[in-house]
Amino acid sequence: MDLSVINPVLFVAGFLVAATPLIFAALGELVVERSGVLNLGVEGMMIIGAICGFATAVETGSPILGFFAAAVGGAVLSLLFAFLTQITLANQVASGLALTLFGLGFSALLGQRYVGVKPPRLAEVNFGPLHDIPVLGPVLFSHDIILYLGLVLVAAVWAGLKFTRAGLVLRAVGENHDAAHALGYKVVRIRTLAIMFGGACAGLGGAYISLIRVPQWTEGMTAGVGWIALALVVFASWKPWRLLLGAYLFGGITQLQLNLQGAGVAIPVEYLAMSPYVITILVLVVLSADKNAAPASLGRTFHASS
Amino acid sequence: MVRLEKRPQPSRAFSWATPILAVIATMIFGGLLFAALGKDPVASIQTIFWEPLFGDFAFYYRPQLLIKGAPLVLIAIGLSLGFKAGIWNIGAEGQYIMGAIFGAAAGLAFYPTQSVFIFPLMVVAGAFGGWIWAMIPAVLKVRFGTNEILVSLMLVYVAEQFLASMSLGLLKNPEGFGFPGSRNLQQYASAHNGELIAGSGMHWGVAAALIAVIFAYVLLTRHRLGFAIRVTGQAPKAARFSGVNPTRLVLFCMGVSGLLAGLAGLFEVAGPAGQITIDFNVGYGFTAIIVAFLGRLHPIGILLAGGLLALTYIGGDIAQSQLGLPAAAIQVFQGMLLFFLLAFDLFTQFRLRFGQAEVI
Repeated sequence: MDLSVINPVLFVAGFLVAATPLIFAALGELVVERSGVLNLGVEGMMIIGAICGFATAVETGSPILGFFAAAVGGAVLSLLFAFLTQITLANQVASGLALTLFGLGFSALLGQRYVGVKPPRLAEVNFGPLHDIPVLGPVLFSHDIILYLGLVLVAAVWAGLKFTRAGLVLRAVGENHDAAHALGYKVVRIRTLAIMFGGACAGLGGAYISLIRVPQWTEGMTAGVGWIALALVVFASWKPWRLLLGAYLFGGITQLQLNLQGAGVAIPVEYLAMSPYVITILVLVVLSADKNAAPASLGRTFHASS
Repeated sequence: MVRLEKRPQPSRAFSWATPILAVIATMIFGGLLFAALGKDPVASIQTIFWEPLFGDFAFYYRPQLLIKGAPLVLIAIGLSLGFKAGIWNIGAEGQYIMGAIFGAAAGLAFYPTQSVFIFPLMVVAGAFGGWIWAMIPAVLKVRFGTNEILVSLMLVYVAEQFLASMSLGLLKNPEGFGFPGSRNLQQYASAHNGELIAGSGMHWGVAAALIAVIFAYVLLTRHRLGFAIRVTGQAPKAARFSGVNPTRLVLFCMGVSGLLAGLAGLFEVAGPAGQITIDFNVGYGFTAIIVAFLGRLHPIGILLAGGLLALTYIGGDIAQSQLGLPAAAIQVFQGMLLFFLLAFDLFTQFRLRFGQAEVI
């Protein structure tokens, strides 16, 4: 074992990249859950985003267009979930699972022609002289625009939920949909918009995996990131900044186990690859005590008659 | 103006009609999907649903129906108990893998001894493997209030890595010329889950699935525990007052579903699959979720739904080789089925009212 092959600067830069798909997916789900809807289809929307983004980027040669397509793809798929849970009042757990199963299959179908293709690269943002600062330069100022967009989005969601009227209405719907309905807010419409936002974010997160993190297309490549994102929302007690912290923690663990695999640690590769999932479970156990943080209407079906 | 009105009682007619409507809708939309892929939609649907049962090679495919259906039914029966009570075990795939590993390991430990006790021991070990893997989310849920959906799902990924580690390491065939994968249990008579009637596809897993259906039916309709499961799902508070112990119910439902998934894994590895390999699991644990819902969480319904989904697996394979239909198309097809089922289920609980809403 030779731990000296792990370069701390590259490690930190790497875990910022590893955390970004989680930030997008979990942030989207956070907004959805704050509106009182539990969408377990994050994994499905991510993988659809991953293939939509990948295919569009390869066909057009523009990664930015790819990310745009990924957001649209995720949002369109999430509309299916919105239809099932908001219009036909289906069980949210079952509908979310259906979305994931369908998304995994559909993405494999769409992606057949793209196995082994290399996507166009997204250029780093040019920070000029900032990039040349030792240590800080490569860690903070050598990434693509989407990574920074993720950070901006965290701040935007935090501010949006806390300081704007729209955020207040969204939280009201999530806490007590009957009261919100009585006040004249369109519960179904608000939730549908939240679900679409969640879908678009999950799509972006998926595309970040297929276009930047890996970058190539393989079937089922999101490998549970969507589910970890769901766990992350619980970990974060539905608060955006804690979610950022959690995403970095998981990104760090993922990156660390990859680096340890590279360094040839005496632990078998499979056991290292398990670690992010095992740690997710441990974190869920530690944090499950704080149940009161969950939106009160989470997972409950709303119908104006009842 | 169309409005939804909640039915005072769920409609029995729609409860039965929904799965049939969903299958028909899936055939139509699946046909459109296949047409979009450049295949003849009618021929594709016919290949999937007709060919395995009544085609020229049906004598070969019909036994496959039992082989593919048994694990689906076995797992789905277990899941349905939990789903009825609002306990969501999503990680059957992981429990299936662990059942196979535990069972195969128990058998291989005695290689090459021949004894009639080896196979029963493997069955016990397989059931234990699935049960213990399901007990992790169950105990965490009752002790710490952890979400069982997320934990059981995370454990699928852990089990997959464990499977890879086992087939490359501890359980690797020492005479396998370095290839990953265990010894083939089909060539180890005492451990082989062979056909009970030659050429029928009927192995011990099929028998276990049928027993599970009967067991679940009696439990749900005739036993107090079944009543507790149904009441907990419909009205958790009422269940509490009627003396149902939620902790024990979670442990029971998760335990049974894990145990049955573990059994399914064992019968598969000792029979049709034959060995532990990296890609041993093919998603039965997830498809069983569709089976459970399509069967309306009812044992008999699950039996029929398991047969139908097994048909799509076999038909999908035929369509793949004969029409060049991509393997993923069948996965989409199965996903669609669940979508339509959930959507049509609206009419079980609600009815449509046309015309202006009256002011009350």
